Amino acid sequence: MSIFYTEEHEWIAVEGGSATVGITDYAQAQLGDIVFVELPAAGRELTKGGDAAVVESVKAASDVYSPVTGQVTEANSALEEDPSLVNTAPEGAAWFFKLTLADPAELEGLMDAAQYKAFCDGL
Amino acid sequence: MSNINPSGWRPTTPQASGAAGDDVTFTGNRALMLEEALIFEIGSTETTGVDFGTAPRATSRLGGLERTDTIGLPGLSEPETVRHYTRLSRQNYAIDLGLFPLGSCTMKHNPRLNEKMARLPGFADIHPLQPVDTVQGALGVINELAQWLVTLTGMHGVAMTPKAGAHGELCGILCIKAALEARGEDRRVLLVPTSAHGTNPATAAFAGFTVEDIPATHDGRVDLEALKARLGPDVAGVMITNPNTCGLFERDMKAISDAVHAAGGYVYCDGANFNAIVGRVRPGDLGIDAMHINLHKTFSTPHGGGGPGSGPVVLSEALSPYGPLPFTELYADGHITLVEEETVGDRHPHTFGRMTAFQGQMGMFTRALTYILSHGADGLRQVAEDSVLNANYVLRAMEDVLDAPFAKSGPCMHEAIFSDKGLPEGFSTIDIAKGLIDEGFHPMTVYFPLVVHGAMLVEPTETESKATLDQFIGALRSVANRAKQGDPALKAAPALAPRRRLDETAAARKPVLVWKDAALAQAAE
Repeated sequence: MSIFYTEEHEWIAVEGGSATVGITDYAQAQLGDIVFVELPAAGRELTKGGDAAVVESVKAASDVYSPVTGQVTEANSALEEDPSLVNTAPEGAAWFFKLTLADPAELEGLMDAAQYKAFCDGL
Repeated sequence: MSNINPSGWRPTTPQASGAAGDDVTFTGNRALMLEEALIFEIGSTETTGVDFGTAPRATSRLGGLERTDTIGLPGLSEPETVRHYTRLSRQNYAIDLGLFPLGSCTMKHNPRLNEKMARLPGFADIHPLQPVDTVQGALGVINELAQWLVTLTGMHGVAMTPKAGAHGELCGILCIKAALEARGEDRRVLLVPTSAHGTNPATAAFAGFTVEDIPATHDGRVDLEALKARLGPDVAGVMITNPNTCGLFERDMKAISDAVHAAGGYVYCDGANFNAIVGRVRPGDLGIDAMHINLHKTFSTPHGGGGPGSGPVVLSEALSPYGPLPFTELYADGHITLVEEETVGDRHPHTFGRMTAFQGQMGMFTRALTYILSHGADGLRQVAEDSVLNANYVLRAMEDVLDAPFAKSGPCMHEAIFSDKGLPEGFSTIDIAKGLIDEGFHPMTVYFPLVVHGAMLVEPTETESKATLDQFIGALRSVANRAKQGDPALKAAPALAPRRRLDETAAARKPVLVWKDAALAQAAE
């Protein structure tokens, strides 16, 4: 399994032709206490860089973008029950959705963990 | 008395001696700041303040669905009712009590002359369905105000009926939609810069358009090149807030309009911040096709927590044919008619329809016209100049204490923006806002616009004196310095308000939206 990151602070964990997407620890820290998460329905077609989910904190509502093009296979319904999971386990139990990759070549433009850390340090 | 407000927070205050724990009085009151129970807790279904006669038995047409049990509304005597709401009103903060520095909301003084005019019986006691011959004075106010709004903006026409800013946005966007349909073009995309008001993308989406962001440049303005690059046959137009929510004037506005028009689109301008440019800049000269004017901001009609808004939309020559009904029409003999569906004939064939049942917010029209006429051209110009001067005074008085991200972009317009950059770990904008409450000020707009990290947006308006501004600046500097020094007491602010810091997260995650009888709620668990 390999993990990639976007400049919009999403992470994507890829295993074969499918992937899991969430927001990074940096993103949840910036947002503050998360109070609501809106997830894409299974079957929805997402495009790279397009709107995929909405995450709302006490400060603001933000769009979550899909790092790649693909079809949603599953959304993490646990987040609808308990949005605070995003604050406590952003890069684990609080994954947002899983999707099947339409074009694995799209991963090439994304950052790896070291590059993403350097990117955040520069913000 | 010890049972007051069991479902709410208790008002507490740190002990004067500095010892741990809080002081609590027997009643929960703090001197003359009165703790107030919910109306359900002081009222009783056994009492009532009015004597109703026995209702005559009428034949019901509800087919057995009518309610037969009691509805449980609390009954109070008249003095109990008056005291309840007066006590609650004392816990409110209002423009008549002090500075209200909300950014993007122009909370300015509402001159009492406006109120006097609005209360004249000829305006206050009429009905929108009265024959027009009996309300010529009121229609005259609408007509004259409409002419002034067109004059002040340099536009071609105006739709007076929209009820507030976002309603005005919708009106303008529906005009654009109707114009595109008349041209037989299917343009689906509205471009909205990140420095626009939050309602702009919401309006565009509500009207059925696809919203696309246009980035801001590092100095806080629309990226003209990025905008030009996105224009094309699928773009219906742009929605731009000018002055924008970074408190900056979009200097490229004319170039933006020209580029959008050349590509076949229309330009919507959010005029919520018109206060900063009224009398100085005419949006019509900038190529704008539609712009709403918040009478309740720029022209000082009361709003916020109950005062109704009013959002007339000025339109370019290209969009005027599509504006909504009804509107007023002045004849040469001085008679004014109301042009509605029944009377429009073929004079306004392309109207997109109607947005409101009646003629708009009459009380706001009267106040706004009073404001315009009592200020005059030179007075309105000074409104813009003083609002900009006051904001720059705040900006320059604070920039050595708080990070001001656009301070080097030149003077700000009517609002100054700061960020939470430079505050120590664990301290943020929210702590400064809460600290201001202890100092007796309503906080500024916080965490908006999103393009600035931990944004604090301050709009002092032109109606504040230098003495008031100095007091506010002193308070804000004190609180900001406490945050920078990591004062742990600030994390608990407000300590002196009737309520301590509320749990916003719990309120959002587990909102309590209906009152429940404590005994019944317990029984249900």
